[in-house]
Amino acid sequence: MGFRASLSTARLETVKARMRSWQLPSWPQALVAGPSLLFVAIIGLPVFAILARVAQSEAPLQTLTRPIVLEALRVSAITTACTLAGALLLGTPLAYVLARRRFPGHALLDSLLELPMVLPPAVAGVGLLFAFGRRGLLGDQLAAAGISIPFTATAVVLAQFFVAAPFYVRAARAAFESVDPEFEIVSHTLGVSSWLTFVRVTVPLAFPGLLSGATTCWARALGEFGATIMFAGSFLGRTQTLPLAIYAGLESDLDAAMAISALLTVLSFGLLLILRASLRARNPVYA
Amino acid sequence: MLELSIQKRFPEHDFALDVCLATEAPIAALIGPSGSGKTQTLRSVAGAVRPDQGRIVLDGRVLFDRSLGIDLSPQERHVGYVPQHYGLFPHLDVAANVGFGLKHRHGSPAAERIGRMLATVGMERLAHRYPMQLSGGQQQRVALARALILEPRILLLDEPFAALDGTLRAALRAELNELQQRLRFHMLLVTHDPEDLQLATECFVYAGGRIVGGSQSPPDAARLATEVLPDARGERS
Repeated sequence: MGFRASLSTARLETVKARMRSWQLPSWPQALVAGPSLLFVAIIGLPVFAILARVAQSEAPLQTLTRPIVLEALRVSAITTACTLAGALLLGTPLAYVLARRRFPGHALLDSLLELPMVLPPAVAGVGLLFAFGRRGLLGDQLAAAGISIPFTATAVVLAQFFVAAPFYVRAARAAFESVDPEFEIVSHTLGVSSWLTFVRVTVPLAFPGLLSGATTCWARALGEFGATIMFAGSFLGRTQTLPLAIYAGLESDLDAAMAISALLTVLSFGLLLILRASLRARNPVYA
Repeated sequence: MLELSIQKRFPEHDFALDVCLATEAPIAALIGPSGSGKTQTLRSVAGAVRPDQGRIVLDGRVLFDRSLGIDLSPQERHVGYVPQHYGLFPHLDVAANVGFGLKHRHGSPAAERIGRMLATVGMERLAHRYPMQLSGGQQQRVALARALILEPRILLLDEPFAALDGTLRAALRAELNELQQRLRFHMLLVTHDPEDLQLATECFVYAGGRIVGGSQSPPDAARLATEVLPDARGERS
């Protein structure tokens, strides 16, 4: 054991030394610095531009109280909260089953659930219309029940759910997979029911992963644009979320668009910090 | 009294378990090389593995009987299960781990009971440590306390000393023996180390998913075990 450990450490050191000697000296500095700077500029400049523009504008905080902004804030807050709640309620059991059970069609279901993450949002919008629209698959049944989904807040939630909820399921599944089933078995032999075992053992142990999944899901829902505009439209106070309000603002109220953009930039940065913290929480005292 | 006769196939591992044993010994040991089916037997008794065929009876109570369609859940079996790496809940401190299975975990009666159990295993001063802050031996004591506080009909131990180094192993073996003498619980333990047989009053020797020998005399069993464990000595160096 001791011998093996020291051997692998020595090997690691050799590799590190080789990497050090190989890295910079043999590469001309410009070949590294040039592309890197360009890369950082392409990412950094737009972010800087938004913040700079807002800093120059007059009373950016007051702009945030204009009706177009307040309404969009309200619509976004409500719809993303519903989307997140739906993702947690429906996605958590699904993620757990995907992590713990193998069944026919497992791989297929897995791919289907990951599809929205790579599908162009416009295609998602078309799909939602074909499924829940008036002439869609469920159109007749929904009409018979007196329900019309397109161009309502429900449509916004469905569009966000389609695009964002798979991110939660994927993260939650990985989080559950990282929990050793032996802990659950021990809990069962201690007389604790499956449900309470899930609540008292599995969820706490998976929590950092669940939190980062929920954060990613909420961020994706907040930024959803393509599927929403196709399936829900952009009606002030009803379906116009923050990203849609930016788009509308570009034509009618540039200051508002700027203010919302800055707000979302700051908010996204905050979310990033939460994500970082939740990833770091994977190594608390007990890990 | 534990009676067990089970068959199970593990097609993905190209392995079949087919064992039959009965014992009244307070401490029975299953010994054999790794992959010989000892752990799967133990897990079948705990209810973590469902045999394809057979029957498991503990103190006259049927835990599992395929032909009668009986398969008690792990919760209903009242067995204490201590897996190889003890399975302590890393997010709970020692006291919360020990009290985990109590019906009423909070309030002073529970705290008292947990305190008494911790004192029994000599861990009362570390009640608020987390498992990762404990040594291997201390973790084992907590795992034993967590199982024993519920007064199980039998304690199932999977390789209880494998994670510990040599000197500690002997000390904990003596400790477990002493604990058993005091609390008088029954124990089924799985091991690949012939020295663990000092603890046992009866042992069953496993090889290739079958029981190839058994003995109520530990020295005989140790000799038997070394026959099916050609590398038993080398494995521990």
